Amino acid sequence: MKRRTLLGGTIAVAVLGLTTAAIGQQAPIKIGMSMAQTGGLAGGGKASLLGIEVWRDDVNARGGLLGRKVELVVYDDKSSASETPAIYSKLLDVDKVDILFAPYATVPTAPLMPLVKQRGMLLMGNFSFQVNSKVGHDMWFNNAPWGPADSWASSFLDLGQKAGGKTIALLAADQEFAQNLAKTAREVATKLGMQVVFDQAYPPSTVEFSGILRALKAAKPDIVYVASYPPDSAGILRAVNEIGIGDNVKLFGGGMVGLQFGTVMENLGSLLNGVVNYNTWLPEPQMYNDGTKAFFEAYTKRAVEAKVDPLGYYLAPYGYANGQMIEQAIKAVGSLDQKALAKYLREKTHKTIVGSITFAADGEWKETGVVQAQFRGIKDKNIEQFRSPGKQVILFPAKMKSGDLITPFEAARK
Amino acid sequence: MFSFELLLDAVVIGVLLGCFYAAVSLGLSISFGLLDVPHVAHPAFLVLASYAVYFLNEHYGVDPLLAGLLITPLFFLFGLFAYRLYYETFERRGSDAGVRGIAFFFGIAFIIEVLIIMQFGVDQRSVTADYVGKAWRIGEMRIPFRLVVAFVVAAALTILLTLYLSRTFMGRAIRAVAQDQEALRLMGANPIRIKQWAFGIATAVLGIAGALLIIVAPVEPTLDRTYIGRTFCVVVMAGLGSMSGTLVAAIILGVAETVVLTLFGASWAPAISFAMLLGVLAVRPQGLFGRRS
Repeated sequence: MKRRTLLGGTIAVAVLGLTTAAIGQQAPIKIGMSMAQTGGLAGGGKASLLGIEVWRDDVNARGGLLGRKVELVVYDDKSSASETPAIYSKLLDVDKVDILFAPYATVPTAPLMPLVKQRGMLLMGNFSFQVNSKVGHDMWFNNAPWGPADSWASSFLDLGQKAGGKTIALLAADQEFAQNLAKTAREVATKLGMQVVFDQAYPPSTVEFSGILRALKAAKPDIVYVASYPPDSAGILRAVNEIGIGDNVKLFGGGMVGLQFGTVMENLGSLLNGVVNYNTWLPEPQMYNDGTKAFFEAYTKRAVEAKVDPLGYYLAPYGYANGQMIEQAIKAVGSLDQKALAKYLREKTHKTIVGSITFAADGEWKETGVVQAQFRGIKDKNIEQFRSPGKQVILFPAKMKSGDLITPFEAARK
Repeated sequence: MFSFELLLDAVVIGVLLGCFYAAVSLGLSISFGLLDVPHVAHPAFLVLASYAVYFLNEHYGVDPLLAGLLITPLFFLFGLFAYRLYYETFERRGSDAGVRGIAFFFGIAFIIEVLIIMQFGVDQRSVTADYVGKAWRIGEMRIPFRLVVAFVVAAALTILLTLYLSRTFMGRAIRAVAQDQEALRLMGANPIRIKQWAFGIATAVLGIAGALLIIVAPVEPTLDRTYIGRTFCVVVMAGLGSMSGTLVAAIILGVAETVVLTLFGASWAPAISFAMLLGVLAVRPQGLFGRRS
């Protein structure tokens, strides 16, 4: 009897061990992506990646997905559009990843859309703007709060019109993202009956913005809508501070990428005062959801060591939310079938740390989640101030509003 | 929209911006212009100097220009080492010709970029000083102080380098090695040591130029890619090896860029430098201030 019990026990332990080993030995679920880790977009790319890595560690701590660990396969796309098609071909053909996440930003994402559509792969977008408008891929889900194409420009120009603005100046970087923004701004301005008195695209290699701003100032606009990338945003604000922008300007900003990043904000300090700019998450009480606080606690601990944006408000929680959405989809569908996952993502509403997300038919958020906020009372060289509410007063959307616009721009700068 | 006031503004800012371009190109005028070394890592050295200035400014509160002066001796030594490495691995073996010499410096530039990212991260960095962020008001015109600083420093550097190359023994030796290395060897001088010294001087100049770079605008690790075209354009347009020519060519470029940017549209500005370079080379293949060989 004893021998039988011993034998039975041994067999049970062996079977259990083998089963556990089998689960442990199952190939991980590979999520492939490129991410800007060098080049002009690296500041955002690294923070976004850290957000995704925090999710990966959380999901693996919960036992993974479908009994398998989650593994990230990541390559540096150097912020370049020319790198991404080859990287994503490698991810599909050599690394044989199961799920694709898009790189951060419009420029590196745009050229890989035809490839992903041709291969019938689901693609979780990462802050692109209107890259699917001409491609029409039905398995594209852009996790960016832009919403309908014109909502970004409308929210800003509405504020300007309410402040008495009738004329507008457009200054945009000569590249995909900024030009898309400028295009929608032109359309919205026409709809609102505003006159465009200055409309210029500057090359990304521009070193000095004094000349452009002089020409802009001479046009005497009421509203200045700027669509710039991180290296240029700082240069533009410095030049505004030095040569002025004119007393008639009521509203300045709109689409300046970079003014959401901790180190850029710290460097610019008081130069930010008065600027009204878009943002995706701010430490205002109304922007917290389930898990947001815990996420930022985990992120902040790892950000210093990883030498990435210490605040991480702009992209990192959306990287985490991308993971949350794919986690919910895989759990609900019970497989990695691309079409079934896409169907789930398209039809359901997803609860994430950045709020509830529903996708429209074009793969963009159904409703805009972009906020327009005005910098107030910013001091020089102090990054910690941005962790407090009230430093960026939310003007749009109405349900998130935390204050009123101070205008004209020169008065708001003081 | 054209106005004479706007044109005058553009010309003034263009002159100042041109002086800044000159300051960041003078080192290359020695290394590439006089020594014929395909120094494509020049802008990466420049960005490295900017980060050294940032470090001294951020952690010890040293004024950026003073920090630029302080790192100059270190950059001189770095230049001596870099040239010796290039000489031993490429030039001495005769394998510096064509793309191989360029590949060496591309490799150095890439290593510098990665080292900066590892040490400082990928975010933009800037410095604080009394002359950063303020402007000098003349009537309706406002001139950023940071560009005035660039103007003064570029003028001083040009004068100092011109005097050094024309009035000192070592300076004349550098010019001689540029003209005929073999003749210099026959006279008992060691051209390699002279070239190494000259490369050290070219790199030392970047200490100050790096300070100007971060004074004029924030820097990030890959900023060197923005300057590679402009600096080579200035040096070739000037006529290889001419210091005063470098200043004049850079001012011409700065004014042309700013006038186009202000009055005709920003999209055309990047084409200006290369269009002007092609135009100059078509009329004067030796550059504006170069001598016919």
